[in-house]
Amino acid sequence: MRTATIESAAEKIYAFSTLEKYLINTLQKGLPICESPFAMIAEQINYQTANNTLNGMPVCNEKLIIETLNNLLQLGILTRFGPMFDAACLGGAFTLAAIDVPHSRFEEVADIVNSFPQVAHNYERSHQLNMWFVIGTESQAEIDYVIDAIESKTGLTVLNVPKLEEFYVGLYFEV
Amino acid sequence: MSVCTLKSESSESSQSMTELQRRYILLTQNGLPIVPKPFTWLADQLGISLENVLTMTKDMQDSGIIRRVAAVPNHYKLGYKHNGMTVWDVEDCEASRLGKIIGDLPFVSHCYLRPRHLPHWHYNIFAMVHGKTQNDIDEYKAQIQHILINHLRSNDMLTSTRILKKTGLRLKHKEV
Repeated sequence: MRTATIESAAEKIYAFSTLEKYLINTLQKGLPICESPFAMIAEQINYQTANNTLNGMPVCNEKLIIETLNNLLQLGILTRFGPMFDAACLGGAFTLAAIDVPHSRFEEVADIVNSFPQVAHNYERSHQLNMWFVIGTESQAEIDYVIDAIESKTGLTVLNVPKLEEFYVGLYFEV
Repeated sequence: MSVCTLKSESSESSQSMTELQRRYILLTQNGLPIVPKPFTWLADQLGISLENVLTMTKDMQDSGIIRRVAAVPNHYKLGYKHNGMTVWDVEDCEASRLGKIIGDLPFVSHCYLRPRHLPHWHYNIFAMVHGKTQNDIDEYKAQIQHILINHLRSNDMLTSTRILKKTGLRLKHKEV
């Protein structure tokens, strides 16, 4: 995992069908919360096709929507499908932190930082502060503990920049 | 940014959850099955009615525990290979107002106010931008700069050169 590059995660750009594009774009925004959401999506597509507000769609039914979505999941184009929780509501504490790592020690320090299960994400970035990671723990005290432990194991200072105010969080990637 | 984006940081949980909500999260944090009646599957698991699951889902959405019920793409596979963490040193008295404007830009996925650590780190607004080319994210940064220009001391964009670790956040099987 440590050596996975962004390039290798993006080895390929897929040629999506019209239906796949529609599902990727619309379902990022939300799924109907009802008994049969996929049947409802199929109906909405067929309705819009009949009204000429959508072009190039196959005639849809629940089975086709489910097959298409499962295929996108299997290909790893969709990574997850379901409720997205506010991480703070999961009962934890979170912060963003950074270290100015000497080039010669980068791999060693990455191994130390990544060895903490509380470190959820870690990125190498183009800056003097060249290692940026997110710590997610059960409590604020545990955040302090992890930062102290990283500092004592690496001998480097950790910059801690927790969120003070959230202006926006949302991801939308159109295809 | 990821399978399970860190949507919120720093503060400890401000809302108490019911036992049923906790079980709901444990059952769905890896996703819902893509079957004809996913919420009926969930209702069966929880031992409650479909109607109750639907109401519960909407209530959790209203209270902010659930941000939305949606599909999460791998944005690299959609061609969004470039991301930049843009950072801005904005006058404190204007930071909240301007942060909201930056957060509303369509190409910004996360926007936060964070503490400065002088003299090493003097940026207080962080805005993550994503694009298909380096040119895209340079252009997005220029647009943000244009908005902040009158209240801005300095800025930078940190691009990620390597993913060192990426895992999801999970609720542990314990009382929260």
